[in-house]
Amino acid sequence: MSRQIYSFHGGVHPEENKQISTQHPIAIAPVPSRIIVPVHQHIGQPAKPCVAVGDQVLKGQIIAEAEGYISVAAHAPTSGVVTAIAPHPVPHPSGLSDICIHITPDGQDLWTERKPIDYRNLNASALRNRLRDMGIAGLGGAVFPTFIKLNPGVPQKVQTLLLNGGECEPWITCDDMTMREHAAEILQGAAIMRFMLRAESVLVGIEDNKPQAIAAMQQAATQCDFPIEIITIPTLYPGGGAKQMIKTVTGQEVPSGGRSTDVGVATFNIGTALAIHRAVNHGEPLISRVVTVTGNVGQAQNFEALIGTPINELVALTGNSVDPVTGYLMGGPMMGIELAQIIDVPMVKATNCILVKSAKLFPPPPPAMPCIRCTRCADACPADLQPQELFWFARSKDFDRAQKYRLFDCIECGCCSYVCPSHIPLVQYYRYAKSEISAKQKDQEAADHARERHETRIARIEREKQERADKLAQKAASKPAAESATDDPAAAAKKAAIQAAIERAKAAKAESDVTAAPTE
Amino acid sequence: MLSSPYISEKTSVSIIMLKVMLALVPAIAAYVWYFGPAILISLTIASVTALGLETIAVKLRGLPAKPFLMDGSALVTAWLLALSIPSIAPWWLIVVGTFFAIVVAKHLYGGLGNNLFNPAMVGYAVLIISFPVQMTHWAAPYSLAGEHLGLLDAFNYIVSGVLPDGWKLDAISTATPLDTIRTQLQLHRTVTEISQMPIFGSIGGQGSEIIALLFLAGGVYLWLTRIITWHIPVAFLGALTLISGLFYLYNPGQYASPWFHLATGGAMLGAFFIATDPVSGATTPKGKLIFGAGIGALTYLIRALGGYPDGVAFAVLLMNITVPLIDAYTQPPVYGHKGNKK
Ligand code: SF4
Ligand code: SF4
Repeated sequence: MSRQIYSFHGGVHPEENKQISTQHPIAIAPVPSRIIVPVHQHIGQPAKPCVAVGDQVLKGQIIAEAEGYISVAAHAPTSGVVTAIAPHPVPHPSGLSDICIHITPDGQDLWTERKPIDYRNLNASALRNRLRDMGIAGLGGAVFPTFIKLNPGVPQKVQTLLLNGGECEPWITCDDMTMREHAAEILQGAAIMRFMLRAESVLVGIEDNKPQAIAAMQQAATQCDFPIEIITIPTLYPGGGAKQMIKTVTGQEVPSGGRSTDVGVATFNIGTALAIHRAVNHGEPLISRVVTVTGNVGQAQNFEALIGTPINELVALTGNSVDPVTGYLMGGPMMGIELAQIIDVPMVKATNCILVKSAKLFPPPPPAMPCIRCTRCADACPADLQPQELFWFARSKDFDRAQKYRLFDCIECGCCSYVCPSHIPLVQYYRYAKSEISAKQKDQEAADHARERHETRIARIEREKQERADKLAQKAASKPAAESATDDPAAAAKKAAIQAAIERAKAAKAESDVTAAPTE
Repeated sequence: MLSSPYISEKTSVSIIMLKVMLALVPAIAAYVWYFGPAILISLTIASVTALGLETIAVKLRGLPAKPFLMDGSALVTAWLLALSIPSIAPWWLIVVGTFFAIVVAKHLYGGLGNNLFNPAMVGYAVLIISFPVQMTHWAAPYSLAGEHLGLLDAFNYIVSGVLPDGWKLDAISTATPLDTIRTQLQLHRTVTEISQMPIFGSIGGQGSEIIALLFLAGGVYLWLTRIITWHIPVAFLGALTLISGLFYLYNPGQYASPWFHLATGGAMLGAFFIATDPVSGATTPKGKLIFGAGIGALTYLIRALGGYPDGVAFAVLLMNITVPLIDAYTQPPVYGHKGNKK
């Protein structure tokens, strides 16, 4: 393979801890005792429930429809009865609740009718709508509705379809195992995406710490009727991030604030490709995914589990924890979120890993010390930021300067916190600064709106007053045509005064028009 | 609330400082070998003073003393100061220097991480300005003096100023090579003649050239263990070589060779251990190059044309002032802001 590999700046090598969950093949998790499907599992607007409490649903049946442009549907993961449509804690850093459709499985696991999609003979937008209704969203973490990304836009905007087989977070192995076991199906999904995007080349990036996945994908690639390049990339966190992966395989940088398509690349997680294959070729909506359950558990393993499975039921499948449990993470240790002990939260489309913590595996960090400006953070930052400066600005609430130093290009990968010898929770400061800035901007926008509304209202009142004055004046001016003939000096003076008033009103109106103009 | 990442590398400021001190050990051993054990006493006095002052300062600022003492930064400052001044200097000189380094330069500026100036160099500058005479009594190399003060005699001398019977200060102390060049040039001798004098050794001074080599080795160790990056030392030594080389080429009789400048005085210690102080130095890669080169150039200019024999301390302090400016104008482009060229 002669493709040139580029390197991105920074990156770290945390201990991988992956081997403990790759000892066994992916197991099918049994249907849980209850199912909780959040209507908002993707970026964009929540789906709208379209079933009622008491309804009997079949496996794969739509239970919430996509609403708005950026949205995808949700489906019943198994057959059963809808027992509630009510708020329930969802896996979110805030620990907040969201509307969930609760289903009590009937144990039959009966499918609704499954119809494969003849994608080659369907027009593009109809095909995308079908994928939306199949609930396909990115399984790599961002959970962006996939159908939107499958729009090639202007002709040949997307030359390259990049399947992201990078899984750089420690502990997580779901993509690795999926590639080992479902390589051919992933590439069938890739074929569909390639067709939809009219992409010229198909690349798959996989880190060199997954030799079996690479071999399986290479083997599958030889069976494909279109060229696919399996690219081995160095193992370096966060090399599996879309921006870093694009840089590694193409040498291009996604412009700040832009999308990967700006450099002609569309990136999808390999799990997404598999989901598309199942949706299109088998008519199965996205109702399950592979999830790694690992860390402080009896036997770490990957499971094909139904979306909506309570996380505690999933964890129970791995046997008893070795040490006392100190918490649960969804995702990996670098970017995952704490599930704050509420573990009957359901797994969602974004759940790639449940990492059970113990004090031994995740000792509390030592107290933070002052920054010594050693710039290890800057050396590790894949966004080429100067984290020590951002920290300084965030701490002193100098948000303007934080933005000038590109705070919003921070991808919150955690590399800086990871290497900091002073154990400063840097990312926490950036999240804080970002949310403060966003809140301020929102306040500012609200204030601007209010001011605009107020100004428009004042202008309207002014205008109406002037219009009334105009009318009055005109009336007064037209009526006494005869009177003026009497050469009554008083009448003449009155007329002049009225004329002056009209002029004044006109001038004022012109002025108010000018001030009102920018608000339009 | 806790947030990601939930793991971190097993590093700490203490480990970094420990490695810095470890990297100094070979050179210190050579120092003892060539100049006698007095340096061990001054290192000890400086260390004890620094830890004491650090404790008081941290407590006065209402902070827990232990983590701040454990971070090792006070010790490193103490060592760098002790290595920069004559090893047989009286005890109060070290104490005053350490006081200015720890209390004034560090804690009055807000403590570790906030100091604008390199603390050790502030201590040194105060001493050389206030006590120029005491600062010129350097221990003579063994090969010249023929004998060293033993550990106990050295202790006595440093603490009480009393030499053992029959010893004279002249016999055990000498001017440094840099000092010698400066005074001899004023007597209108040429560099070639001057460097025939025994104090000069083969390049940079009897014994001190070996010590310089070991500082270099320690620096390479720090670079290999990623405690420092190459930028500052390379730029520092590069600029020093370049400028001294130009002057040397222009008039070898009047100006010493670049080799001499690299191997003598504070060049190696400064390049790898002092200028690389992260807190008071530039932070961007380009900024580090400018910062290092500035120190190298100023060091030479002060040595050759200025009022002090060695220029490292003042060069570092002068460049410290420019750090905020350098950093602000050398921010590297951020991912996605570079414009793609392929
Ligand atoms: S790694 Fe930590 S101590 Fe070093 S510069 Fe960055 S924030 Fe400061
Ligand atoms: S979290 Fe942000 S600042 Fe820190 S290394 Fe990642 S991108 Fe850079």
